[in-house]
Amino acid sequence: MVEKEQINTGAALHLLPTKKFKTTTILLQMLAPLEAETATERSLLSQVLKSATADYPSRKSIRSHLDYLYGAVFTTDVAKKGDYHLLTFRLDIANERYIEHAEPLLEEGLAFLKGAVLSPYLENGIFSEKIIAEEKRNLQQRMEAVYDDKIRYANNRMLQHMFPEDPYRLQAQGELERLEAVSAERLMTVYESMLKEDKVDMYIIGDVEEAQAAKAASAFSVFEENRHVKKAAGTAYSVRETPNHIKETDDIQQGKLHIGCRVPVYFKDSSFAAMQVANALLGGFPHSKLFLNVREKESLAYYAASRYDSLKGFVTIMAGIETSQYDKALAIITEQIEDMKIGRFTEDEVEQTKGMLVNQLLETADSAKGTADLLYQGIVGERQISMDEWISQVQAVTLEEVADCAADIVIDTVFFLHGEKEDQ
Amino acid sequence: MNTLEKSTIDEKLYYEVLDNGLQVYILPKKGFHKTFATFTTNYGSIDNHFTPIGGSEPVKVPDGIAHFLEHKMFEDEEGDVFQTFGKQGASSNAFTSFTKTAYLFSSTAQTEKNISTLLDFVQHPYFTEDSVEKEKGIIEQEIRMYEDQADWLAFFQLLGGMYHEHPAKIDIAGTVESIYDITKEDLYTCYETFYHPSNMALFIAGDAEPEALMALIKENQAGKEFPPAPELKRILPEEPAEAASDKKVLEMSVNTPKVLVGYKVLQERTGEDLMRYELAMDLLMDTLIGPGTTFYESLYEEGLIDDSFSGEFQVDRSFTFFVAGGDTAQPDELQNRITSLLETKDPAAFDSEMFERIKRRNIGTFLRQLNSLEFMASQYTSYAFAGMDMFDTAAMLESITAEECLELWNQHFHGPERSVSQVVKKKNE
Repeated sequence: MVEKEQINTGAALHLLPTKKFKTTTILLQMLAPLEAETATERSLLSQVLKSATADYPSRKSIRSHLDYLYGAVFTTDVAKKGDYHLLTFRLDIANERYIEHAEPLLEEGLAFLKGAVLSPYLENGIFSEKIIAEEKRNLQQRMEAVYDDKIRYANNRMLQHMFPEDPYRLQAQGELERLEAVSAERLMTVYESMLKEDKVDMYIIGDVEEAQAAKAASAFSVFEENRHVKKAAGTAYSVRETPNHIKETDDIQQGKLHIGCRVPVYFKDSSFAAMQVANALLGGFPHSKLFLNVREKESLAYYAASRYDSLKGFVTIMAGIETSQYDKALAIITEQIEDMKIGRFTEDEVEQTKGMLVNQLLETADSAKGTADLLYQGIVGERQISMDEWISQVQAVTLEEVADCAADIVIDTVFFLHGEKEDQ
Repeated sequence: MNTLEKSTIDEKLYYEVLDNGLQVYILPKKGFHKTFATFTTNYGSIDNHFTPIGGSEPVKVPDGIAHFLEHKMFEDEEGDVFQTFGKQGASSNAFTSFTKTAYLFSSTAQTEKNISTLLDFVQHPYFTEDSVEKEKGIIEQEIRMYEDQADWLAFFQLLGGMYHEHPAKIDIAGTVESIYDITKEDLYTCYETFYHPSNMALFIAGDAEPEALMALIKENQAGKEFPPAPELKRILPEEPAEAASDKKVLEMSVNTPKVLVGYKVLQERTGEDLMRYELAMDLLMDTLIGPGTTFYESLYEEGLIDDSFSGEFQVDRSFTFFVAGGDTAQPDELQNRITSLLETKDPAAFDSEMFERIKRRNIGTFLRQLNSLEFMASQYTSYAFAGMDMFDTAAMLESITAEECLELWNQHFHGPERSVSQVVKKKNE
């Protein structure tokens, strides 16, 4: 994979030329601190900006134009990246090489993208009240629907307990309590500061020439290069004396167990790869300890897995279990963590885990969005590494390093959402 | 080995039907790190009533058995096949649908070894009473997980409302009760009947050498004995044209109600006719209610739908239906708007400019699908089982006319075959 950043442009340009895709993907990544005062606004903004531009002032006219461009896909998305809030604009457009008699599409697509980001539809210099009202209603319903997805809901509740004072408790899509009060003026203010202050990175993935990409990026010259965004006021890493145990009830069939663990290892650290292996050995794959011991050996769960967030420094363990099996499941999970800490795992297990991780990295690079996500992790995580470096670091991890990383895992919050009755 | 070349999209497919009846497809994709392979049997949850291979009397098997079988295939004398793939750097998985069970792996090294493992484990059933019992607890938790998923429940409630008899109304995983009736012997019966190579297809996509791979696969298959290909005798109940129920409502712990409107379709097209029909119905639906239509955008502006709204025409072996819906604060009103548009058949609702644009949109969508090895494998296999060639999609789309779609509109959406499924917020007792 080649990554070139020498082209002088506003947004930092990352061109990833490849012939393997039949469409071209363009991502514009806008990074800001994660803050209660702006997360909801930015989330609403991502909806409003995709609904109307100065040239295409309605959802219908946008859709019609994108259809005309052979079904170009335009989406916006928000995500939490450690102490930052990320707003992504994504355009995926067909490569005209594979369509008979088609006109060049990339430039047209970029012109549209530029319009969506920089020339929104405004009325008297401000966002349309009608569109804001529609998008508030849509967003509100999506926020409320989080409760309807019980696994996601339980995970959010766990995070709220684990990070009570930290902005990380917030949802990327914002908070319901704040949404209603967001005015058109307020949205405009947040939009303007987004253009002025966000760190902007542009990824172009596809069969694209350097000159074409440079031209594409110059459309966004309004952004100053090498902007640095201040971190949000995330609370410093801290460890509880004893884990926080919380149980909540809901009218559900299966208990959702979510365990949040602190780990003071971050993407920029030299032990990152070892921590990645440690987490994968604990619960990343079907040969991992959680899958084997909670599911295969004891038949307690269908899913039992762990996930490592290297930007915020924590591990989430999750499993769906019968309410009556709570104590047993928790004991088995705790035992798996303790076993990891004292190095109770074999070289074969570690080697297999490393092989699977490398496979996973390479597979992720087989999708345009996956490639960009992997590389962008390095930008937010303050250590830019190539895929090859990443892979060789995983391969170099030793058993001792895995145990050392595991030794730092501390259970912080044990959250259990379960039915009102004992196992109906 | 046969080849199928599509120069406009720069794709070339290699394929062959082996002596034992197995269909093999290889799609080389330059530049990809991974190889993705699926080994699929044309057998799923609806195939619960059949004459077993070598038997004379039809049998009925417990609900959820195809899915149970899928779980149990991963175990053999040596242990867990997940581990074998894992040691060879591959991630493996499987899924069961109404009409298919697919086993798959993806790997970025040791492709040939992994292909052999895939063929060998699926062609080697090994079930013991102990392991069958043990799996019941795991599948019970899988079913419980689905029981908390409102979208899943809304969908199966709709199928239950549409179908009187057809086994599509049965949950793919079965019920907690039905899976406890499954025995080792049942699993062998289903396996022997439906996992014959002549009822299966292997699809491989990735940076692969087709000749070498085909040779490897042939050698693997030549080393195994299979009885002569039997004619499958599946038994399907008679399904009336009208829906079993016009409306079902489920109360759950949810914030946002959901509504799905479904129309049952009885049709028996095959091959090219089927493909044209499916594409034309998709075009019709996109033109009437898809994003960008006046219908969709008005509902959005009125707050009747959000981004979760979608409509889909589903054609599967022995059953066909249309479904549309999503999250909404006003399920009754949304339901009325959908049925009224589809059943009133006001020609003004069919925008012919929109129709042409959607044809253009579909060309881009097709190219995007070629980026995904997973999509190609599953789609190509489904089409192949139905006697269709997926690569013909673009040309056939081009030839479909607005008149054709309007005629189909007239033939569908009458009312009696309609059913509605709602999930609403549970009232506090």
